[in-house]
Amino acid sequence: MKYEGNVIKYKDNVDTDVIIPARYLNTSDHAELASHCMEDLDKTFVTRVQKGDIIMAGFNFGCGSSREHAPIAIKASGISLVIAKSFARIFYRNSINIGLAIVECPEAVDGISEGDRVEADMDNGIIRNLTTGKEYKTEPFPEFVQKIIENGGLINSIAEGIIK
Amino acid sequence: MGMTMTQKILASHAGLEKVQAGQLILANLDLVLGNDITSPVAIKEFSKLNKEGVFDKDKVTMVMDHFAPNKDIKAAEQCKMCRDFCGEKKVTHFYDVGKMGIEHALLPEQGLVTCGNVVIGADSHTCTYGALGAFSTGVGSTDMACGMAIGKAWFKVPSAIKFNLTGKLRKYVSGKDVILHIIGKIGVDGALYRSMEFTGEGLSSLSMADRLCIANMAIEAGAKNGIFEVDEITLDYIKAHGGAEPVVFSADEDAVYDEVININLSEIEPTVAFPHLPENAKTFDQIDDIEINQVVIGSCTNGRLEDLQESAEIMKGKQCAKGVRVIVIPATQQIYLDAMEQGLLKIFIEAGAVVSTPTCGPCLGGHMGILAKGERAVATTNRNFVGRMGDVESEVYLASPAVAAASAITGKISSPWEVMNYEV
Repeated sequence: MKYEGNVIKYKDNVDTDVIIPARYLNTSDHAELASHCMEDLDKTFVTRVQKGDIIMAGFNFGCGSSREHAPIAIKASGISLVIAKSFARIFYRNSINIGLAIVECPEAVDGISEGDRVEADMDNGIIRNLTTGKEYKTEPFPEFVQKIIENGGLINSIAEGIIK
Repeated sequence: MGMTMTQKILASHAGLEKVQAGQLILANLDLVLGNDITSPVAIKEFSKLNKEGVFDKDKVTMVMDHFAPNKDIKAAEQCKMCRDFCGEKKVTHFYDVGKMGIEHALLPEQGLVTCGNVVIGADSHTCTYGALGAFSTGVGSTDMACGMAIGKAWFKVPSAIKFNLTGKLRKYVSGKDVILHIIGKIGVDGALYRSMEFTGEGLSSLSMADRLCIANMAIEAGAKNGIFEVDEITLDYIKAHGGAEPVVFSADEDAVYDEVININLSEIEPTVAFPHLPENAKTFDQIDDIEINQVVIGSCTNGRLEDLQESAEIMKGKQCAKGVRVIVIPATQQIYLDAMEQGLLKIFIEAGAVVSTPTCGPCLGGHMGILAKGERAVATTNRNFVGRMGDVESEVYLASPAVAAASAITGKISSPWEVMNYEV
């Protein structure tokens, strides 16, 4: 899989309460959740996000509440990939389970700036900064996780009998 | 190489003799939990699987606690969706208004979790049941849907940090101060992806309320789970609440830990986590006068009977400070009833506090106590993130029931030692 987009960058410890505030958890409609994505951290996000854009963040991205509404809101807002220095574990598994691509790469987060154009080649684990020409290596997903993502998430993996 | 408590429970539920940190496994589940905001997403996903029923109607539970009693029309629709699903699938343990409580106080009270269980819940504070010697962790709605369908979930086997507890807590110091102290020490990602395993001679002085509170906030250190070594206190609790036969897993003597942290309980002081992260822990020698507008005593962290007893002891015969709104929320119907019979509710109401029906309400900025711009609250809840209890410019200070009650009386963030003239 390849992803390409402009980078929107955030700091450490971005929690799921700011990704999608609880006052909007009375719905599970994807488009409605996306319309409030990042609202309590960055009111400009929903107006400037373009399809394919990439979120980059520091350590512990997605900490706090287990609300799957958070990765759903990010995915539905058009974000193709999240690159962080580290992810909170529930957010990490939720993203895999719903088929939102995420990857840990501290070097890329340090080396890439807000607004840079980035291409991520996840088959070969290479993140390229198209603005500066620099490249960063990442770890590929474990095989089990790769299988879930390739099958479009956990639900499809079970529906198709890949996980029993 | 030996295994930790968590690793042994996971191995037993994956049908494996041995597991090691980093291994991916598929484990059998003893209980799958959801609430009124996470279950609707799970129900939608479940419907894509073409399964007639849930894997075991006795091993799925839904608790209407977050936006219940229904806070608005959309919340009402979400609760209705859960109610209809549980009715149709004949789910045994569906808890609606009148029977419900805050999920992580309710399930142990109802005897739904026992030692050695593997539990997933679509709520991050599902890690609470580690206090009962179970492996218990928060997941998302898709995991919940799959858990309901096949009774299994995938896990990466975690490594662990061992917390060796010694000593005994002083008066007006409780489990909340211990966990805030620990998170202050290791940080909000200090236990990321790992287990926090609590053991040591100090365990014997910690009540189940203390342990449930400590395990509850393991997630605030990023942990996959928090788990306590099982002792007589655990077994007595499970027996008293009609839990299933306990299966006790102890860590192997040669179990490998990433780190061992010694905590002397005798040295823990009343502790407050400042906005906007639970790791911003301070003791009262570091705290100046900070005026407050609201106090919340309740939540899955601190809404248990012991928490209300400690708060009432401090508030008895006193008045809440002028201009401070004090909201007390017993976590379950049983706790509400016990608090009423013990005269605690009378003490709160006479002091000028309000007592609410069980709900998560204000903890996540849902309802029943939202903060305006610039307002400050002392809360016995578990998160003080930006906007957590209301406006993005409001502030939440996390503390124990004793600190919250003391602060309710003075109108500023206060130590119970000072308010009760307790000589340390």
